[in-house]
Amino acid sequence: MEVIVNGDQQVLAPASSVMDLLESLQMTQGRIAVELNGKIIPKSTFQQHQLNDGDKIEIVQAIGGG
Amino acid sequence: MSQHEDIALQVAGKTFQSRLIIGSGKYKDFNENLAALEASGAEIITVAIRRVNLGQNADEPSLLDVISPETFTILPNTAGCYTADDAVRTCRMARELLDGHKLVKLEVLGDQTTLYPNVTETLAAAETLVKDDFDVMVYTSDDPLVAKRLEEIGCVAVMPLGAPIGSGLGIRNPYNIRLILENAKVPIIVDAGVGTASDASIAMELGCDGVLMNTAIAEAKLPVLMASAMKKAVESGREAFLAGRMPRRLYASASSPIDGTFF
Repeated sequence: MEVIVNGDQQVLAPASSVMDLLESLQMTQGRIAVELNGKIIPKSTFQQHQLNDGDKIEIVQAIGGG
Repeated sequence: MSQHEDIALQVAGKTFQSRLIIGSGKYKDFNENLAALEASGAEIITVAIRRVNLGQNADEPSLLDVISPETFTILPNTAGCYTADDAVRTCRMARELLDGHKLVKLEVLGDQTTLYPNVTETLAAAETLVKDDFDVMVYTSDDPLVAKRLEEIGCVAVMPLGAPIGSGLGIRNPYNIRLILENAKVPIIVDAGVGTASDASIAMELGCDGVLMNTAIAEAKLPVLMASAMKKAVESGREAFLAGRMPRRLYASASSPIDGTFF
């Protein structure tokens, strides 16, 4: 299936979870926040949240800013 | 201060010894930013929330690895947001990112050239965020009525601009800042416009509760030295405010007595 991560298309195995996606991106460490189709996904539920074809995922971090 | 003990800055029930808040943008690297932060004495530092770079090396340190949320109060901002919805979304992402941390800097911009705040969107976002239990420090114009309205909505600090973001033009309308201060029951922090140390002192001498700055330090030739200058400027401006300045006079007033002259 295909999902959109930070505006880019990514191909994932069917029935992948948010955690599977983060593992494939090597992003399980560090301070990030994940939004799935406009809704925040709490860190504690990354494993449970299954992704569907066409999902839009945003992964953000804190960077320098004033 | 021997004659007067100052009360520390309180924001959302938390006490801060420093009245200076600095940003984390435009620095050469994280280490220069940290050195400036330490030299400034600031306890609060703003950060922006942005997409992670999908190609990035997992071992590369991130800002919060260098500037630790355990040591400093991280103030996520909504810079770059032009609508209330985007700002609210950004704050919710920040709260998740920082493990439930509620303190945010709300800014909703209206124009790319001036970076002036879009006040109507700012008011709408503030209403939503306060209802959603955020502690909102809000960037706004220097309009006293808007500042009061933001306080009434429940913002924990109101942060009028001194001049446009990154302009370094100083406090362009000190009388408006004074009007805002006269009516305020929450901390008033000048956010944006400071260019050099005297600008920060002027804000504090007006009676502001604090100053927030980024470019004035980050774009100085020697950012760490400027951070140290800003620390002193904020402290001296605060002390001068508490001390109460002498009245301005059009004509001179001799400092040496006229009695007892022998000529």
